[in-house]
Amino acid sequence: MKITVLGPGCARCERLEKRARAVVAELGADATLEKIEEYAEIARRGVMSTPALAIDGTVVASGRVPSAGEISEWLQQASARGEG
Amino acid sequence: MWEALADRVVYGLLAMEAGRAAGALHFFLHETLKIGFLLLVVTHLMGLVQHAFPLERVRAAIADGRFRGFEHLAASSFGAVTPFCSCSSIPLFIGFLQGGIPLGVTFSFLITSPLVNEVALALFLGMFGWKVTLVYAVSGIALGTALGFALGRLGLERWVEAWVWDLAAPAGGGPAPASRLRGRELLRAVSRDAFSIFGKIGPYVVAGVGVGAAVHGYVPTGFFERWLSTTNPFAVPAAVLAAVPLYANAAGVIPIMEPLVDKGVPLGTALAFMMAVVGLSLPEAMILKKVMRPRLLATFFGSVAVSIVALGYGFNAIL
Repeated sequence: MKITVLGPGCARCERLEKRARAVVAELGADATLEKIEEYAEIARRGVMSTPALAIDGTVVASGRVPSAGEISEWLQQASARGEG
Repeated sequence: MWEALADRVVYGLLAMEAGRAAGALHFFLHETLKIGFLLLVVTHLMGLVQHAFPLERVRAAIADGRFRGFEHLAASSFGAVTPFCSCSSIPLFIGFLQGGIPLGVTFSFLITSPLVNEVALALFLGMFGWKVTLVYAVSGIALGTALGFALGRLGLERWVEAWVWDLAAPAGGGPAPASRLRGRELLRAVSRDAFSIFGKIGPYVVAGVGVGAAVHGYVPTGFFERWLSTTNPFAVPAAVLAAVPLYANAAGVIPIMEPLVDKGVPLGTALAFMMAVVGLSLPEAMILKKVMRPRLLATFFGSVAVSIVALGYGFNAIL
């Protein structure tokens, strides 16, 4: 599973990255976390408001910092999809 | 309601005698309570509006031609209700162009977005009342509409950095289906964001109201009329120039302006100053430099500055 945090490095982007890492650790999920800070790449993904979060290439939230509960739910859904 | 509460604290609880100190303290308590309350209300409302109109949908609505003939007004109005963050201005700029929205319409959004925002509206409501707030919001939207229209006629497309045009449509086609919250989850998320804005700008508001209270209590009435009167032609441009480095301190600046207006600073000059504080942001210019060549950036910010000065003269003549 690949988790992507998209954001140019603003305070909220860092908060999102930290929260995503914490959720991954808590779930013990088999996931890699990458961070995209480059504007061209953010735009190429179709994201218009940062920070945004993508799981396996699909943007699940943009323009806000989702709660740990939400992130955990998305990760579990994605891993269920991966196995199924 | 807040007035009565401030009355009770200052003259009842503290048993202060009417005078400068009591007046200043009364002003401080009254305004802090009122602005704090309005700030929470407005940020909650705007959070809900933002949720109802995510940028992806706004872009699709503007691009599909349903606002034909008044797309500048539509873009400017959407810009007013969408919260602004300077770190999102590039993805937004590129996203709009990718969606096939003309440069001029994109500018309409980009100009109004910082100019009319939830924090400024709450502060205006608290300090100046709904009439001045309405004048401010309407003229901000009109400015974005007219200026976007004018900039769109100038053929500025070639001054946008080439790589922006080279970006293909987003992979997967179209806007990403971002998750939507509902019901209690939504309210909780909106409330969390509202309180986070409240906590971030709260100290600036308190500091601003503190300075405002000192002005209110200790600066003699009519003090500024000598050199900031409406007959001084340089007052408005000077106010706009002075405002540029004050960005991000809108929360601290607006509460100082009301007592200044009370002491003789012309309202139009003050409005132009506050518009420039929120609308002409150096950090935003630095960020937009990545997508706009210097000439476009200068045209963009220069025309916004000139328009704000013109509005200031206009307000002084009318209000």
